[in-house]
Amino acid sequence: MTVTALKRPAAAAAAPRPAATVHAIPRPRSAASARAARLGRAAAANVLPPVLVVAALLGLWQLLLAGGGAALPSPIEIWQQSGDLILEPFYVAGTQDIGLGWRVLTSLERVGIGFGLAAFVGIAVGAVIGQSAWLMRGVDPLFQVLRTVPPLAWLPISLAAFMDSRPSAIFVIFITAIWPVIINTAAGVRAIPQDYRNVAAVLRLSPLEFFWKIMVPAAAPYIFSGLRIGVGLAWLAIVAAEMLTGGVGIGFFIWDAWNSSMLTDIFVALLYIGATGFALDRLVAFIGTKVSRGTTV
Amino acid sequence: MSYLKIDHAGKTFTSGSRSNVVLQDVRLDIAKGEFVSVIGHSGCGKSTLLNMIAGLTETTSGGIILEGREVNAPGPDRAVVFQNHSLLPWLTVYDNVKMGVQKVFGSTKSKAERHDWIMQNLDLVQMGHAAQKRPAELSGGMKQRVGIARALAMEPKILLLDEPFGALDALTRAHLQDAVMEIHARLGNTMIMITHDVDEAVLLADRIVMLTNGPAATVGEVLEVPLARPRDRIRLASHPDYVRAREAVLRFLYERHRFVEAAE
Repeated sequence: MTVTALKRPAAAAAAPRPAATVHAIPRPRSAASARAARLGRAAAANVLPPVLVVAALLGLWQLLLAGGGAALPSPIEIWQQSGDLILEPFYVAGTQDIGLGWRVLTSLERVGIGFGLAAFVGIAVGAVIGQSAWLMRGVDPLFQVLRTVPPLAWLPISLAAFMDSRPSAIFVIFITAIWPVIINTAAGVRAIPQDYRNVAAVLRLSPLEFFWKIMVPAAAPYIFSGLRIGVGLAWLAIVAAEMLTGGVGIGFFIWDAWNSSMLTDIFVALLYIGATGFALDRLVAFIGTKVSRGTTV
Repeated sequence: MSYLKIDHAGKTFTSGSRSNVVLQDVRLDIAKGEFVSVIGHSGCGKSTLLNMIAGLTETTSGGIILEGREVNAPGPDRAVVFQNHSLLPWLTVYDNVKMGVQKVFGSTKSKAERHDWIMQNLDLVQMGHAAQKRPAELSGGMKQRVGIARALAMEPKILLLDEPFGALDALTRAHLQDAVMEIHARLGNTMIMITHDVDEAVLLADRIVMLTNGPAATVGEVLEVPLARPRDRIRLASHPDYVRAREAVLRFLYERHRFVEAAE
């Protein structure tokens, strides 16, 4: 009791004066360096775990397959035999001997066309279907069945229809990616609150104005989750389709490498495919958050 | 002649073989510049009546005539201030108001004139400072102010207010009631306000329309409020005419309510 009573005024009297001079000057500098330290720590917290985990898994892989006689290559073998594919993605040494970067771009072009069509048609069809409860009930079972058909099952049909491998591959992408876009767009349109419809009615918006000014922004979160699923499926489908149709794409590269027993090349190609798929997913998600800003509130 | 005429209007909702008469034989004449409050117990069809005037709900019998023309579709000449503000969350306050202005004045005002008109309406509800904010950044009262600005900016023949302050706290509500009275005094709009608040009805309205209980609700009584404007809520609180009007509405609501229950 007496100790605290004595201490308190002493501290109060002593503290303010030096504190004012000491604090006033270093505060901005310490704030900046603290922010830098915090950023560094955040980066370390985010980057370090995946790096360590990948390193550990590669180490494990190396240990398991290093003994020799294994059917699959070890990471060091892959690096030794196919490291140039990683280091030089964009070389050209002949019509069929080009870098994996070029092959990925060729596949991306097909995905771009097929998925672009699927997004365009899917949003339009979804917007129409979402407007009508009757239509929704009518087409929903059909879509639910069709969307479970594996991409490659469409290939023979599209080859028969188009008689050419390039449009067939694009059609397979299109037909694979379109279902989630349609289904999600329709669900998003159905979920537009009646309030927004009333606003549109009072303003006498034309159907086209309603589409651009109310429907697209209001349903954007739904539409973009559909597009995100769609782009993932499209990338899955292109690899499988190219394995069968040939050409210069990354899928055909895998098939070609398998036929010429270049197992290590296949592992590198998998790395490219995974990284590209990840980038596509993030890209669509990024556009989605930009477009639907504020809508989810 | 009256500005807005509700002529034997009725609304029956039909689903399958069941039909439900919500409003029946509603008759009401509203003059230009008049402020009318519609009051009634919840579920009696107040909002349905307002939606019929707005054209958002179809009238199934009788008709509604605004300036000699029948109302059968929604339009910006009957702007609505919605109960839950209904601002579009992806647009800024400015763009929310702009959407209506673009639609109504797109061909008659220049771009600069439209901008001035939008800001003028936002300033009218004291929201000019928040023009670039999004609805999510505003309080409930501020959102409703923007809702009013959006409706006013369409320069409607009639401003329809659907329980606009029902979700607000008492203090905010009082501020907004004052704002509406001031706008009414300055612009002389014709306004119809749905409310379930007796004080709000008496304070704001020239006439109070009291609806009977549903089903098949209709106009039970119309009360003139003979109070001079501008009205001041504090001075009116003990004014004999105010007290009498308030009592009449309360008596209608509670005696009629009991009467209907006894009749059933």
